[in-house]
Amino acid sequence: MSTARRPPAVLLVPAAVAAAVALLPLVYLAVRASERGPGTVADVLLRGRTAALVGRSLLLAGTVTVLCLVIGVSLAGLLARTRLPGRRVWAVLVALPLAVPSYVASLSWLSVFPRFGGFLGATLVLTLVSYPYVYLPVVAALARVDPAGEEVARALGRGPLRTFVTVTARQVRPAAAGGALLVALYVLSDFGAVAMLRYDVFTRVIYTSYRSSFDPTPAAILSCVLVVLTVVILWAEVRTRGNTAYARLGSGAPRRQRRAALGPWTVPALAWCAAVTGLAVGMPVLALGYWLARGTSAGVDRGELLGAASNTVAVSAAGAVVAALLALPVGVLAARHTGRGVRLLEQAAYAGHALPGIVVALALVFLAVRYARPVYQETPVLVLAYAVLFLPAAVAAVRASVAQSPPRLEEVARSLGRGPLGVLRSVTVPLAGPGIAAGAALVFLTCMKELPATLLLRPTGMETLATRLWSRTEIGAYAAAAPFAVTLLLVAALPTVLLGRTWATASGGTP
Amino acid sequence: MSDLVVSGVTKSFGDHPVLLGVDLVVPSGTLAAVLGPSGCGKTTLLRIVAGFEQADAGTVSVGGRVVVAPGRSLPPERRRVGIVPQEGALFPHLSVAANVGFGLPRGRRRDARVAELLELVGLAGHGERQPHQLSGGQQQRVALARALAPEPELVLLDEPFSALDTGLRASVREDVRTALRVAGATAVLVTHDQQEALSMATSVAVLQAGRVVQAAAPADLYCGPADLDVATFVGEAVVLPAVADEDGALCVLGRLPVRRAARGEGSVLLRPEQVVLGPPGAGVPARVTTVRFFGHDALIDLTLPGSDVTVMARTVGGRPVHPEEEVGLTVSGPVMFYAS
Repeated sequence: MSTARRPPAVLLVPAAVAAAVALLPLVYLAVRASERGPGTVADVLLRGRTAALVGRSLLLAGTVTVLCLVIGVSLAGLLARTRLPGRRVWAVLVALPLAVPSYVASLSWLSVFPRFGGFLGATLVLTLVSYPYVYLPVVAALARVDPAGEEVARALGRGPLRTFVTVTARQVRPAAAGGALLVALYVLSDFGAVAMLRYDVFTRVIYTSYRSSFDPTPAAILSCVLVVLTVVILWAEVRTRGNTAYARLGSGAPRRQRRAALGPWTVPALAWCAAVTGLAVGMPVLALGYWLARGTSAGVDRGELLGAASNTVAVSAAGAVVAALLALPVGVLAARHTGRGVRLLEQAAYAGHALPGIVVALALVFLAVRYARPVYQETPVLVLAYAVLFLPAAVAAVRASVAQSPPRLEEVARSLGRGPLGVLRSVTVPLAGPGIAAGAALVFLTCMKELPATLLLRPTGMETLATRLWSRTEIGAYAAAAPFAVTLLLVAALPTVLLGRTWATASGGTP
Repeated sequence: MSDLVVSGVTKSFGDHPVLLGVDLVVPSGTLAAVLGPSGCGKTTLLRIVAGFEQADAGTVSVGGRVVVAPGRSLPPERRRVGIVPQEGALFPHLSVAANVGFGLPRGRRRDARVAELLELVGLAGHGERQPHQLSGGQQQRVALARALAPEPELVLLDEPFSALDTGLRASVREDVRTALRVAGATAVLVTHDQQEALSMATSVAVLQAGRVVQAAAPADLYCGPADLDVATFVGEAVVLPAVADEDGALCVLGRLPVRRAARGEGSVLLRPEQVVLGPPGAGVPARVTTVRFFGHDALIDLTLPGSDVTVMARTVGGRPVHPEEEVGLTVSGPVMFYAS
């Protein structure tokens, strides 16, 4: 339930600021792209190269999405609904690739097969790092499906396979579709893999066009095309999702599902899980381990590593804090108030969802060069880019955690004499605190792995783990890149572990 | 602490009208119950008085201060209206003492006022506990102490006992009533439970389909309901066709004295406890059909031979009766007559 009162100004004003910040790059990009007049726009758009670019980008995104659906749904089915031996271990292993940035995976393949790359290479690497986006929501949805529906279907005469297809699969379709959307957006916006594996899709072409030309207009125009593509995909997903309710109707707690015995299919099923995790997790671990061993004997510059790590942590932490602060008013409004204005503000804050990192970076470069020369190539612009890119994750976290505490509590606080700001400070934020902190930690984690915006916007001379890794890989120095990749994985894994702990204790009941 | 005056309050959600012009007066220092079936709009009325919803029309004043007027609505934090929600809604991140002190000015949150309130609700020494360490009834008492702490003009209780189990409910009700009386608070209790409204309140307003159909003291409401709907809503009723003239109302139970003189055809209303069972031959003959035994009393269904009329009687103690037993019925006290 949401209160019917008009949203207070203490929330509306900062939320409007956050929405403006989120939309700023997009708006300025459009302005910049059209600056040279429609002739230039038409010229860039009608080039044969541009059409081929759209084709390649969509082909890559489509292929990877289909492969991810196959891998993600099959693994989810095996782990949620069968008596697969070693299920607990597999459950951890198959989700792990989520922590591997695409450029680290690319590095590990390149370091073993230096000629690896092109469409096949990009497809393989992107599929292996992004199938968890399908697997995780589908496995969660399968766990929620009420077995009573399946039992009814069986009682009405449908066999187990037909029941799975006509009853169970129908219910996890929204989860699979949502995951597929994430994969498609991820592939379109990914820069690291396609750049390292030399496959010319939008992000790579925008980057090289910006780097190699004095005229940034084509890069701006191509960025706009890329944004249009992502928006079309988002729109299509919303249209196809429709508004069917898949929730469980009726009361009472659902029972646990029964798991099917695999019988003769046990060995093929195990082989499938082993193949996927071997390629997605085993390969990077072995390759990096090998190069780390080689590199250590060659000597690692500890100072360089430490400096890059501390830079990474510092800018990522700043990005996470700014994103959380901007997200707070938007998330609280979205959780507690209805109305068209509030929905618009929330959607504006989600703009980063449709904006690839390279696009946001480019827009902020243009803006800073023209209007804020002193901060161009300084930390604030990079932090701002992180905030815009990862605002959606932060808003979603704030919204979800605020929505969990009953609005009654805030009403009681109002009736006891606290104004809107006082209620926010004394009730809403303390209660939603753990959730908001978890959201900030997630943003922190994502910032550390971010590559294209960091490459374009980092202060002159500042190196992060990602940029060091990038420059070493570019010159084929895989042994020198490996320590940065390993450090990145370790530093990124730490918040994940801490988050897991916080959630574990939070569910224990003691505050 | 002073009067609550609600007049002509209307409210719709979209096309769905919820309140159709509600009038309600609660004198200073009294406890009024707003009684109605679920969906009658009673919670909406309470939320308008608290300031959580906006009325479409009408005015509300608390202690002589207008808080809702056409086009104007004081924000909840400036109304000095405390609220005790369903299930207490204690702040889970604060201790019991911090919950009680929440509405006090910063300097007073640790002083004697908090201890005094905890003592008032019978929870002295529980200040350092966390809300989840308290039972449901204790949480409800803390919620009351929290609402009373800033000395509000008015306390609103939104079905505060519905989540408690039956045994606990009676004792918490009694404690809450005592605490409100000691604090001298003006209070409005919203409930769908007739017993709760009749036993706790100084006056009861029956809200049906968005209107207050009757507001009266509990005994007047029970014995003299405004119409048959109210009559059957506030308690068990025996309704019989009757003809009234200056000597009373004539029905199958004989000629009965009426509370308000009336004439013509209509119905009489009796409460089951007005129907007295005697030995066969004394009064109107009847046969027992079912006996519902509640412990403290019993409800007896009876049929009158030679007709399909059924009558309900309440017996307290006395000789147990059994189905198929023949008895004689008499009626004690005046009845209500409603012209048709």
